[in-house]
Amino acid sequence: MLRRACLALFVLRLFGLPDGVTQRPPTIAAAANLNFALTEIANQFERERGTRVEVVFGASGTLTRQIRDGAPFEMFLAADEEFPNQLNAAGLTRDGGAVYAIGRLVLFAPNGSRLKVDERLDGLSRLLNAGGVTRFAIANPEVAPYGRAAEATLRKHGLWDPIRSRLVLGDSIAQAAQFATTGNAVGGLIAYSLVKEPALADKGTYALIPQTDHPPLRQRMVLLKQATPVVAQFYHYMQGPAARAILVKSGYEAPR
Amino acid sequence: MDWAALRISLWLGAGTIAILLPLGVWFGRLLAVRDFRGKLLVEALVTVPLVLPPTVLGFYLLLTFGARSPIGQAFQSLVGHPLPFSFQGLLLASAIANVPFVVQPIQRGFEAIPSDVRDAAACCGLTPWQQFRRIELPLAWPGVLTAAILTFAHTLGEFGVVLMVGGNLPGQTRTLSVAIYDRMQAFDDRSAGIMAATLLAISVATLMTTTALSRRLSPSRG
Repeated sequence: MLRRACLALFVLRLFGLPDGVTQRPPTIAAAANLNFALTEIANQFERERGTRVEVVFGASGTLTRQIRDGAPFEMFLAADEEFPNQLNAAGLTRDGGAVYAIGRLVLFAPNGSRLKVDERLDGLSRLLNAGGVTRFAIANPEVAPYGRAAEATLRKHGLWDPIRSRLVLGDSIAQAAQFATTGNAVGGLIAYSLVKEPALADKGTYALIPQTDHPPLRQRMVLLKQATPVVAQFYHYMQGPAARAILVKSGYEAPR
Repeated sequence: MDWAALRISLWLGAGTIAILLPLGVWFGRLLAVRDFRGKLLVEALVTVPLVLPPTVLGFYLLLTFGARSPIGQAFQSLVGHPLPFSFQGLLLASAIANVPFVVQPIQRGFEAIPSDVRDAAACCGLTPWQQFRRIELPLAWPGVLTAAILTFAHTLGEFGVVLMVGGNLPGQTRTLSVAIYDRMQAFDDRSAGIMAATLLAISVATLMTTTALSRRLSPSRG
């Protein structure tokens, strides 16, 4: 008993109380394709305005579910329009929000892969016919809009049925990118914004998929009902020139 | 290294022990000394989290306490925030998941006490409470200690239910095991590696402590 009490005291002294007591920066939820770009924008925002926002990344569908179950996010940046629209219809957002970026999909092959990348997926088709596709990574279409776009692209090229049994589904586009870039799959259809990151760019080769191959990845953001003024500021910042510049540099197109 | 995540993991472990240990001692002893109708079912229910996928627990917790359920809404209006996606929610999930890790070793500990020891204590005129404090608890102590340490170690390793019920909120529900997953997703293998090594070291140290302490405290020597 004494031993445990001592340990508890020690831990308490060392680490302080867990949460709720201290002021925490507001938390926003963002689609996983924003992993690098939004971190950079949030850092820039902090440098300029002196206030911090904490970002949690995940698949748009997963985050939507969490928000509906009561997760305390103040803003949601999705990879599509459908998920934020659902939240809007459920009365959980301030308004309909705004499209902040249009995402692009790439076919990625890690270094050493037998897959030759091209925008028409000819190399993928050939390798598939030759039986050389062991694993191919996309995000789970159920929860990740980039996965849905990947499915549409594969369907358009008539590859969906033959490749289905070879697919590895990432929980989010970040996990799909993880599979594709680490050589655990011959390649994958992943977010351009992730492979633009220097840390990943040298891990393989990629080809940009034409936007006509899948419904456009119009990415919408919404302020949630419980948004504080700082997050409302961040929402406007996202539409300003500084954030736009980072988004464009990261491979997104500005919304029209 | 995500210090906030380490802190939350340690707090979750300590909190789960604090909640479960008193209950476990009471209930483990009850199961050890009493026979009653439906005991088989009760024992199965106590053990079920051991074989249950964490997703099942997560599913029911979200269904019961989520913002869309009546219970969840009642909790929210009472406390001001929903139970899931909070440290308290994690604590509840962790407490449920750890019931077998607490009850079983304690039950075995009390079962190992021969019934004539209990009878002798009663003969000596000890009240049931004295009997429990002076005779039974010291003898069952290794079981209690094992329960505490197993619970702590198991809580540190909890992943699925923490991610489902907690939702990876930094400073609130992002435990060390979730932080590793989060860093992996962000292609930050270096941080993930440091945290994975930390967790491995803590786990090994915890289990070594159990073995060492239970040897020292084993009733055959004392």
